[in-house]
Amino acid sequence: MRVTMTINGQQRSDEVEDRMLLVHYLREVAQLTGTHVGCETSLCGACTVLMNGKAVKSCTVLAAQADGAQITTVEGLAKDGELHPVQEGFWEEHGLQCGFCTPGMLMLATDLLSRNPDPSEADIRHALDGNLCRCTGYQHIINAVQYAARKMRGDARKSA
Amino acid sequence: MFPARFQYHRAGSVKEALGMLQQFGDDAKLLSGGHSLLPMMKLRLAQPAHLVDIGGINDLVGIREEGGKIVIGGATIHDQVAGSAVIRSKLGLLAECAAAIGDIQVRNRGTIGGSLAHSDPAADYPAAIQALEGEIRLESGSGARTVKANDFFVDLMTTAIKPGEILTSVSFTPHTARTGYTYLKHRQPASGFAVVGVAALVTLDTKGNCERVRVGITGLGPKAFRATAVESALTGKKPEAATIGQAAAHAADGIDALADIHASAEFRAELARVYTRRALQQAISTIKV
Ligand SMILES: Cc1cc2nc3c(=O)[nH]c(=O)nc-3n(C[C@H](O)[C@H](O)[C@H](O)COP(=O)(O)OP(=O)(O)OC[C@H]3O[C@@H](n4cnc5c(N)ncnc54)[C@H](O)[C@@H]3O)c2cc1C
Ligand code: FES
Ligand code: FES
Repeated sequence: MRVTMTINGQQRSDEVEDRMLLVHYLREVAQLTGTHVGCETSLCGACTVLMNGKAVKSCTVLAAQADGAQITTVEGLAKDGELHPVQEGFWEEHGLQCGFCTPGMLMLATDLLSRNPDPSEADIRHALDGNLCRCTGYQHIINAVQYAARKMRGDARKSA
Repeated sequence: MFPARFQYHRAGSVKEALGMLQQFGDDAKLLSGGHSLLPMMKLRLAQPAHLVDIGGINDLVGIREEGGKIVIGGATIHDQVAGSAVIRSKLGLLAECAAAIGDIQVRNRGTIGGSLAHSDPAADYPAAIQALEGEIRLESGSGARTVKANDFFVDLMTTAIKPGEILTSVSFTPHTARTGYTYLKHRQPASGFAVVGVAALVTLDTKGNCERVRVGITGLGPKAFRATAVESALTGKKPEAATIGQAAAHAADGIDALADIHASAEFRAELARVYTRRALQQAISTIKV
């Protein structure tokens, strides 16, 4: 079947198998390998992308279900060579070690901050429920999200 | 990991979806959020030849108030129910329950109709649907019917839905004055599913006695149920700690408790009693008389 979607602002259209998962479409067809495949069973969150602005596990969405959708992957976060605040947060606060979980963490954090610009530590921990990290022990990830939240609130004040 | 081959069909309307179900018969399955069905298909526990995607049908998505009832479309995602201003203010128990499902990503895809149709014995919604006495609307080529929550859940992953029917909406009576509620669950740490989950809803009369008590329990047995023995033991009584404890002791009465690697049958039954007591206490403590 043919699917058409806008990925990181660019529309593309491809012939795919009906059973193709969104994560495989992104990695193998669109060649955007920033989105990782971890557990393949909807539990680890490494494959998280934004679908119409909402964080979803792309290993549990068919490419066909995303037909017509707006998709944002980790490659779409930085704009004009400038890191997105969540990326900057992970950089500044050492929010990663091996980096395998990071793309999913970044996309989840983007969804979280779009609903709640000032999350408490408990809010962040709760929001990270579906994203596993086997390296950091999460504390630095939480610091990174808090950094991003501060930065995004600061930027919002400046532009207001 | 990916599913066996199938043909994907996106339905634009309920009518079109019903037509597809008729056309493909037993070879077809409905696809809503896909967060129960796709994992099962990846494990090849389900291998439908045709998937009829109802997730994009506008008429199935959203929350509306109609004739004093709150009606939720079958393909409405958990996140929308958890965040809806109407649900939060008038049907808070359901909002609380929806917010307790899985994680953000799951709540962004999974739908109320999919959860109820799938009827996992550890799913959260069924406990709240039982406690709230929700009414489930099923549509087929030959018409529509409404099934009460208590008649909807039949057995382990078995509901009153017949082949060719689509769950189009669930409707509820809003909470009344002097009502308190909560949904409490013992989470399975990996998935967040309920090892046991208890939805409690209590209305006090003007004297402060329990006028109406509703307790829905999931995770304990093969299907979510209303703990009527708990309800009747508390109805008409002053909600004192000892009375609540005595009522909650009946939470597992007559239920053939499930056992798996997460919890033995005895432990599940004990969890049901403890969580019922806590849920009732918490629900009552929030009531402003
Ligand atoms: C990692 C993970 C964690 C989860 N944690 C929880 C949790 O903590 N608590 C919880 O309750 N659930 C949990 N879930 C399940 C989740 O809530 C599912 O989304 C839900 O159970 C099914 O809804 P769906 O829309 O995804 O249905 P689908 O997967 O699309 O469909 C499920 C079944 O219902 C049928 N169906 C779907 N819609 C209809 C309809 N309108 N009419 C008739 N039949 C229909 C389908 O044919 C299929 O058989 C979790 C899922 C995952 C992947
Ligand atoms: S790869 Fe999708 S959740 Fe783990
Ligand atoms: S940094 Fe290695 S898994 Fe998170």
